[in-house]
Amino acid sequence: MLIDLLQLTIFGLVVGGIFALGAVGVSMLFGILRFANFAHGDMMTLGGYFALVVVGPLALPMWIAFPVALAATAAVAVVIDRLLFRRLRRTAPVILLISSFGLALILRSIIQIVWGPENVVYWTEITLPWRFGGLRIRPDHLVMLAVTVTLVVLLHLFLTRTRMGKAMRAMADDPDLARVTGIDTERVIAWTWIIGGALAAAAGIFLAVDTRLNPLLGWNTLLPVFAAALLGGIGKPYGAIAGGFLLGIVSEVSTLFLEPVYKPAVAFALIVLVLVYRPTGIFGGR
Amino acid sequence: MELGGLASFLVFFLTLAGIYAIMTLGLNVQWGFSGQFNIGIAGFWAVGSYAAAILTTPESPYHLGGFAWPMLPSALFAAALSALIALLIGLICVNLRTDYLAIATIGIGEIIRLVLKNEEWLTNGVRGIPAIPRPFSGYGRDVQALLFLALVVAAIIVVHALLERARRSPWGRVQRAIRDNEAAARASGKNVLRFRLEAFVLGAAIMGFGGALYAHFAGFISPEAFDPLFATFLVWVMLIAGGSGNNRGAILGAFAIWALWSGTQFLTAYLPIEWAARGGALRVLLVGLLLQVILISRPEGLLPERPPRPIAGRARRP
Repeated sequence: MLIDLLQLTIFGLVVGGIFALGAVGVSMLFGILRFANFAHGDMMTLGGYFALVVVGPLALPMWIAFPVALAATAAVAVVIDRLLFRRLRRTAPVILLISSFGLALILRSIIQIVWGPENVVYWTEITLPWRFGGLRIRPDHLVMLAVTVTLVVLLHLFLTRTRMGKAMRAMADDPDLARVTGIDTERVIAWTWIIGGALAAAAGIFLAVDTRLNPLLGWNTLLPVFAAALLGGIGKPYGAIAGGFLLGIVSEVSTLFLEPVYKPAVAFALIVLVLVYRPTGIFGGR
Repeated sequence: MELGGLASFLVFFLTLAGIYAIMTLGLNVQWGFSGQFNIGIAGFWAVGSYAAAILTTPESPYHLGGFAWPMLPSALFAAALSALIALLIGLICVNLRTDYLAIATIGIGEIIRLVLKNEEWLTNGVRGIPAIPRPFSGYGRDVQALLFLALVVAAIIVVHALLERARRSPWGRVQRAIRDNEAAARASGKNVLRFRLEAFVLGAAIMGFGGALYAHFAGFISPEAFDPLFATFLVWVMLIAGGSGNNRGAILGAFAIWALWSGTQFLTAYLPIEWAARGGALRVLLVGLLLQVILISRPEGLLPERPPRPIAGRARRP
């Protein structure tokens, strides 16, 4: 029982890291643009497929594919913002929400058209898990966890040490005040998309490594990603990271008591609990 | 009476578009009147369809059934069940900000889908419920199809008349007031939570009713039919294209977008064979792009919302 719990906690950390990477983007975009980006899940999927292009047809190793996919997804995010969201920014934020919902479907259908609807994997060889007593640990899980932590540290350094990061936090706190102090808001928005897109791609690749890549992968993860962002207090990147790990562990451990097919329901139940009892998130956001 | 191929397709097309029009009217109450963002439409639709299917199908070893209810009471029960679920959700979520409600409704849609897929004793899981009785089955195929279309049109007329009445009533004015300026509505003593809940539940009831109509029209339902995005997304595009807040706009949008959607089916039929499997995705892509174009160029829709004329002679001064 204890060993099961520990095992599930390890899985939870891995999955939670994926949720966290997705939730940071959702949360930051919400902080800056004030809308929940429903296309975020499909941006994750897109990142996964970009990596597939590099590992599959180009036959390059994953450590090259990973940064390439992150950069490509970030570029797509910025282009989408320029083509679409910038034109809608003057209207109510809820119009952006509807638009992102439509964008989610556009991205997904493009993915289906280009890569087809089947499940695919990056590589077919199976690495045996390491055994520690009764525990099984997959090597790729360790790598994923290490990369997640690295990305989180990089994000922290970016937000606290660079001018752009500070401008971003200022704008999330008070957009009007930020504008008055001469912050170039359009550049901040572009950088928010770059970071959100890149982290989404990382989450998508990890999801695909953990399970299999398919066009619905990201959309099916959107609910826990939103839940993680809400748990942490939407608009707060650090909260989103904590929320992601927390949700990952809770939803994995829940499989001890609940049929695994109902895992998404755990995310939903957590959303409801948070919204009812602490609408600003556990760590106090907006 | 025999209908030609084209006429019989037209009847099929109009019936399905009419069912979508009912869904769009339901969403118009939630979003158009009251400004509440629901992307769990597919969930309420499925609840209505499954409730109607389970109540009217003969007994079966594969799913709950054998109640042998007549269709009208079962459709009303489907609406009531959908409303009840909306009430439970609404009590928790309706007072939330738009974004939160939107996220919560995805969750609801998702959970409903999971239950339908996994609780086999109730719904026969992914294999679905066949042999749902169709009304007017005593007549020939074509007459039956025409009568069903007439039924759908009658349902649209009734729902439209009720909603138009609601829109002009003080209730409708309060809904718009809350949507446009919640603080002001609250300051003038309106119970915002209650009005929102009423709109959310009413919209869900209409969707449940539409779902029941769909079940009797299709004759077979499975979780596949309620792809969360597909049903939800089309209804949203219909409402935005037609003009949210305008009941006629909602109906017009449903028929216009369904025409476009069916049109793209012909388009993809001309695709080379290796693309045929991807035709569905291409159609979704086209409709998605259409939504973006509408949002950028004509966000008010084909028939923009117009405030109702004051009812002459009945205006009373306080």
